[in-house]
Amino acid sequence: MSAPLTSLDRPNSYIGRSVPRPNAKRLLAGRGRYVSDLKLPRMLHAAFLRSPHAHAKIVAIKTDAARAVEGVHLVATGADFARICTPWTGTLDHFKGMTSTPQWPLPLDRVVWAGQAMVAVVAESRAIAEDALELIEVDYEDLPIVVDIDGARKPGGPVINPGSASNVCFRSQLDSGTVDDAFMHAAHVVEEEFTFGRHTAVTLEPRALVADYDPSAGMLTVHHGTQTPYQFQDLYSRHYGIPEARVRVIATDIGGSFGMKLHVYHEDMAVVGLSILLGRPVKYVADRMESFVSDIHARDHRVRARMALDAKGEILAMDVVDLTAIGAFSTYPRTSVVEGNQVIRLIGAPYRLTNYRAALEVIFQNKVQTSQYRAVGHPIACAVTERLVDMAASKIGLDAFAIRELNVIPDDAYPQTSPTGYRFEALSHQACLKRLHEMMDYDGLRAEQADLRKRGIYRGIGIAAFVEITNPSPAFYGVGGARISSQDGAILSLTPSGEVRCLISVTEQGQGTEAIISQIVADQLGVAQDHVRVITGDTEVTPHGGATWACRGAGIGGETALQATRVLKRNILEIAALILQEQPSALDIIDGEVVDVATGKPRLPIAEIARIAYFRSDTLPPGAQAQLTVSHHFAPQGYPFAFTNGIQGCLLEVDVETGLIKLLKHFIVEDCGRIINPMLVDEQLRGGIVQGLGAALFEECRYSDTGQLMNGSLADYLVPMPMEMPDIVIAHVETPTADTVLGAKGVGEAGTAAASACVLNAVNDAFAPFDATINSIPITPAKILKALKRF
Amino acid sequence: MSGFDETLQDEAEAPVRVRFVVNGRKVACEVAPRDTLVDCLRDKLELTGTHAGCEMGACGACLVQLDGRAIHSCLIYAVQADGARIDTIEGLSEGGVLADLQAEFHRRNALQCGFCTPGMLINAQELLSRVAEPGRGEIRDALSGNYCRCTGYEAIVDAIDAVAKARSKGGVAT
Repeated sequence: MSAPLTSLDRPNSYIGRSVPRPNAKRLLAGRGRYVSDLKLPRMLHAAFLRSPHAHAKIVAIKTDAARAVEGVHLVATGADFARICTPWTGTLDHFKGMTSTPQWPLPLDRVVWAGQAMVAVVAESRAIAEDALELIEVDYEDLPIVVDIDGARKPGGPVINPGSASNVCFRSQLDSGTVDDAFMHAAHVVEEEFTFGRHTAVTLEPRALVADYDPSAGMLTVHHGTQTPYQFQDLYSRHYGIPEARVRVIATDIGGSFGMKLHVYHEDMAVVGLSILLGRPVKYVADRMESFVSDIHARDHRVRARMALDAKGEILAMDVVDLTAIGAFSTYPRTSVVEGNQVIRLIGAPYRLTNYRAALEVIFQNKVQTSQYRAVGHPIACAVTERLVDMAASKIGLDAFAIRELNVIPDDAYPQTSPTGYRFEALSHQACLKRLHEMMDYDGLRAEQADLRKRGIYRGIGIAAFVEITNPSPAFYGVGGARISSQDGAILSLTPSGEVRCLISVTEQGQGTEAIISQIVADQLGVAQDHVRVITGDTEVTPHGGATWACRGAGIGGETALQATRVLKRNILEIAALILQEQPSALDIIDGEVVDVATGKPRLPIAEIARIAYFRSDTLPPGAQAQLTVSHHFAPQGYPFAFTNGIQGCLLEVDVETGLIKLLKHFIVEDCGRIINPMLVDEQLRGGIVQGLGAALFEECRYSDTGQLMNGSLADYLVPMPMEMPDIVIAHVETPTADTVLGAKGVGEAGTAAASACVLNAVNDAFAPFDATINSIPITPAKILKALKRF
Repeated sequence: MSGFDETLQDEAEAPVRVRFVVNGRKVACEVAPRDTLVDCLRDKLELTGTHAGCEMGACGACLVQLDGRAIHSCLIYAVQADGARIDTIEGLSEGGVLADLQAEFHRRNALQCGFCTPGMLINAQELLSRVAEPGRGEIRDALSGNYCRCTGYEAIVDAIDAVAKARSKGGVAT
């Protein structure tokens, strides 16, 4: 009864509280409004003929039979789009020397991966459109196929982009300190080559859009299952030559995105073009097999890395080469080199490291594009760093915790700048390490491991520290010339009945954006959360902003909402002060009532202020203009990124007979700054970890030598299911960023960032009694048995 | 022409009249023989709460009850369901059958994007109708035909566990 009061005991205190998401009730009742559910009058359906070849010249396309099918309205090829759409090139200015060829909605003369959309058919139903696809004949002339990294780099080998000297998209080099010198004087050097397979987002709702061009109004409306409606408004406007104000992008409920739904896809641009050509709404929903061959893939890196240490185990230097293969084009508008760039810049990030050298080579190949997917580059940087740290520990005879305690940047040593140029405001590696050690009962687990080992049960314990990039500023894409906003906007109104409407540019994909924004608004204004209605995802209604990607929803969107609310509150109190003949500073708002600051005594409901302002402004003093709608924008300043950190731990068991791995328990200590809704943060972390565990053990887009994706269905491509996933224990350290009032950083990628590194370390730990190591992700049973020389 | 047999297309498209009892209401509609039940529910009957995720019975987003049992509506043709009683997420929600599960999922935020959620709830209901108080392992096992990409599954397991316990005590959770 007499527990001390906390900030959460204050009325309307919602920041930091685990409240359910208001919009989740709809989804639970089957009343979601996904784009795939949408049906418009006069709507037609598009389907695409896809290339069976990974690389071929298009000699002729015969479409007469398809056009003749009853119910078919249009058959369109690349040339039809080239007349109305300008091409795009996936490069950014700040990646000097980067190349990629221009892309059109559908190809003009060549196909460059198996599964590339070739011809579009629009018909009265998807089934009729698919029937018609079967009647299209294409004459191809095979071109040499470049499938793997080595093949792509072979001097004198086939070149994918005509006119290019090689298949290199981009090269970059970082070099700071005295790396060679450090290696020369090192007591210990560890070195390894790592491979990371391609995997893909597998959102449960595939990509979906309905494009609706009204030629009479010159207006394009696109219902688009995307994270970034403003970006697509800009792109559709520029590439199809429609004034921006006449392009509306509506993103209602989205069935999963994870970065996958913010890239430009050829089919999506084509569907907009089809609607323009027909003047009718056209719907396209990728089926699952199309998703596998046309959604972006991610990862696909081969990294060679070495680490030098002194006799005590202090890290002296790292030297890294990252080769990454990205498919035939670089994606637009964010490019496909961002992942590799983040890999080489995040390696070594948790540690005191001054001597660092890295080379990055980004390479084209005849596969679908890779690009940004949850925790861009983080899992690779983390796995490389943390595996080398473990290798060094075992070489020197240090425990996994001990070597990290020795090397992490101390919590009191911030601000810090990494040798790769990242500026860290304040991180908490030491606190996180300590907390993880307790939470895992690490010593107990080690004793149990030793015990079980005697009985032929091989358990592994792995830990991995990480640094996560969140709240990106204009330094991310803006400086490279991409029209991707790093600011967000909110329009906040007090309605005539005293409720609050918040239109905000950050979008909701299920993370709980709308919930946390309503929490922040309710908290800052002093009203009940259910009196706040948050509206997202409509460029015609909500102000322009970057929307939700790269963990910017809470940190940037939340701060925007907070600042907007403070302006609205000030305005409400100014009107209240006029009505009550009081100083605004003597008034506050609690539970929707204006109260005296000093006594807490209610004076006037804010609904009454709204009523007077909207309907009886004649009773206000002359000159009073009630501003009960405020429009406010916020762009991050100060640090270019709000870096977060944390550490994960993993306990697993390797069956050395079958090569199967059982995940027993997973742990995370994470520091995302100010937590707005602990329940949402925790399941966000768990979801991220599960995506990382999927990558660690199951997920891989496997290609044949001829560039065919061999496991492009949910029966063949393994995703983590509940049975294989462990319970996940979570703890938090809170180091708010001082760059914002709210203090929140991102949390969406933290789980994915270190999960596969943890598993890699745990499997190698389980291998300790054997002469075996593993350095390749995903860690499949076949790889385990091969490492154990049993296969 | 390419030798395409147009009669095959005509047959595939020739409508067939089917009758169901959907969410307690008699429904008749015309479907093509190749239309799956999920297509019929979503497109013809506009019951969009049932989702198509993989269209091969692997992801569980399309689960509905057919004569009281959970089935994948992407794996049967609409014509095969002729004469059956079908209950979708919409009917089960309105009838209050899932109310305690929905409340517990909401309270624990056992969903994110919500695309898998109708199938998840229908599977959970099926499990609890077979096993009064399943262990966490049993719950995880039973859900292994329901793919969720957003959550870590843990809140879902927790929610079903809580409802199972509440139901077996004769009450409701929360």
